[in-house]
Amino acid sequence: MISEEQVRHVASLARLGLTEDEIREMGGQLAAILDSIEKIRQLDLADTPPTANPLNLSNVLRPDEPRPGLPREEALSPAPDPVDDLFAVPRID
Amino acid sequence: MDDLLNLTAHGLSEKIEAGEVSVREAAEVANARVEEVDGDLNSFVTPTPELALERARRVDERLRNGGVKPWEVVPIAVKDVLSTRGVRTTCGSKILEHFTPLYDASALANFGEEPVVVGKSNMDEFAMGSSTENSAYGPTRNPWDLNRVPGGSSGGSAAAVAAGEGWWALGTDTGGSVRQPAALCGIVGLKPTYGRVSRYGLISFGSSLDCIGPMTRDVKDSALLLQAIAGHDPRDSTSANVEIPDYLAGLEGGVEGLRVGVVTELMDERIDAGVREVTSRVAGELEAAGAEVGEVSLPHAYYALEAYYIIAPAEVSSNLARFDGVRYGLRVQADGVHEMYRKTREAGFGAEAKRRIMLGTYALSSGYYDAYYAQAQKVRTKIIEDFREAFSRYDVLVSPTSPSVAFEIGAKTDDPLAMYLQDICAVPASLAGVPAISIPGGLSDSLPVGVQLMGDHFTEPMLLRAARAAERAADFEFSPRP
Repeated sequence: MISEEQVRHVASLARLGLTEDEIREMGGQLAAILDSIEKIRQLDLADTPPTANPLNLSNVLRPDEPRPGLPREEALSPAPDPVDDLFAVPRID
Repeated sequence: MDDLLNLTAHGLSEKIEAGEVSVREAAEVANARVEEVDGDLNSFVTPTPELALERARRVDERLRNGGVKPWEVVPIAVKDVLSTRGVRTTCGSKILEHFTPLYDASALANFGEEPVVVGKSNMDEFAMGSSTENSAYGPTRNPWDLNRVPGGSSGGSAAAVAAGEGWWALGTDTGGSVRQPAALCGIVGLKPTYGRVSRYGLISFGSSLDCIGPMTRDVKDSALLLQAIAGHDPRDSTSANVEIPDYLAGLEGGVEGLRVGVVTELMDERIDAGVREVTSRVAGELEAAGAEVGEVSLPHAYYALEAYYIIAPAEVSSNLARFDGVRYGLRVQADGVHEMYRKTREAGFGAEAKRRIMLGTYALSSGYYDAYYAQAQKVRTKIIEDFREAFSRYDVLVSPTSPSVAFEIGAKTDDPLAMYLQDICAVPASLAGVPAISIPGGLSDSLPVGVQLMGDHFTEPMLLRAARAAERAADFEFSPRP
């Protein structure tokens, strides 16, 4: 079981609001999922390297050349609260 | 005009090329079909009949001058996770209910300047689910049986193709989301090699897993649509800089001498007997057609689902962080930025998205990272090694696509774990990044069964050739339903 306190902590890390009902449900559901996943922890993989990309690509670079981007007005058009050519947010607390 | 609905995409393309039908007529037929059946099916979040007609008219104009690719003339349904310039793109989520992208996904741009899009198809929210019930826009229904799910997460695309709402569709596959709905709706679904198709403009779910793939009536259509969308893209650093072969050239070459291995771990009692039966029959038919068929083991396939359900949610928790009410999408106003984030995400995300964000955040959090995420990444290495070993002895691996046929709407919505089990056959190929295709192999309980064929990285020409032979042997007749 994952405690309600743990659920609240993880939700706060994720900046995710949850209702009291969701918090109660989530503990049990996450615990059930994690239980089902438990068996991979029993594999001894100390000497196995991790895989992040199935093609083993890393550090793919392209020339750092200026290219046209979206015009500012267009880039701001989907924003919920654009102000003075900028993305606006509420007070940083 | 109705007989156009029975054509494959390549069949329609040939008719248009021959001047027997215009693109506009084809678009009209697709639009009429959407009008006729989508009230029952809900394949589309946003049908785009006017856009389809307008673009069809322009493709018709260009046809007079030549230089139009054979695929460009065929109307297409596009999963609502792919960005479409000027057309609302919701990802099946309330958080993007009013979001209109500023550019087309590269896969669509490769398809053509003006894809004749019949609509944006329904999906599980942010592609998380196996039934298309996790959509903020209502579930999609299976054209074979309206009380059943079409699979997911590309369930809208699968239902659209099965119903003839357009001739083909684009889906996306992170852990089976093209292949499983294709299986449940009796169509062909291809997950290409990871990186074969650019992810630019695909709204990310699991960045190391996401693949865009064709959902089609037959394997030849699949090859044609892959040809249309594949290619390296400097705007996606994970896209593969590998030459694009001609996917149609050797398609009819047959399977003489091809080494085919049936995967032992994916043929056990977790799979319904009727599904195993169809899979074995298709393997037998490949043998009869000249393939060498044996059994092959992927020992770590038993751990694939578990590894997937750590890695994918971990990537989700990171990818969905961008939905914060600042640059696009929903904002719930609040006093203070953190409260705004929390309230926006609480109101905007559905239950499964929240569950996966929580699971992923937990697995990545301090004290659990090594036990869960790092361990899952190591299991991923073992699965890749299993595939490498298997491909040293076999060209193609065969398994069921899904452990069951289409299930009833509501049957698994209260049990996330039961839903996750739908992916057991699909996730090994996802984790290894290898191409995999589902073809309709036959029926069980009067519902379609998908058979999966997997190949090594970038062997799509061989995989498609094997799938073409399997499809011919299975002799599964496509016709639009209901």
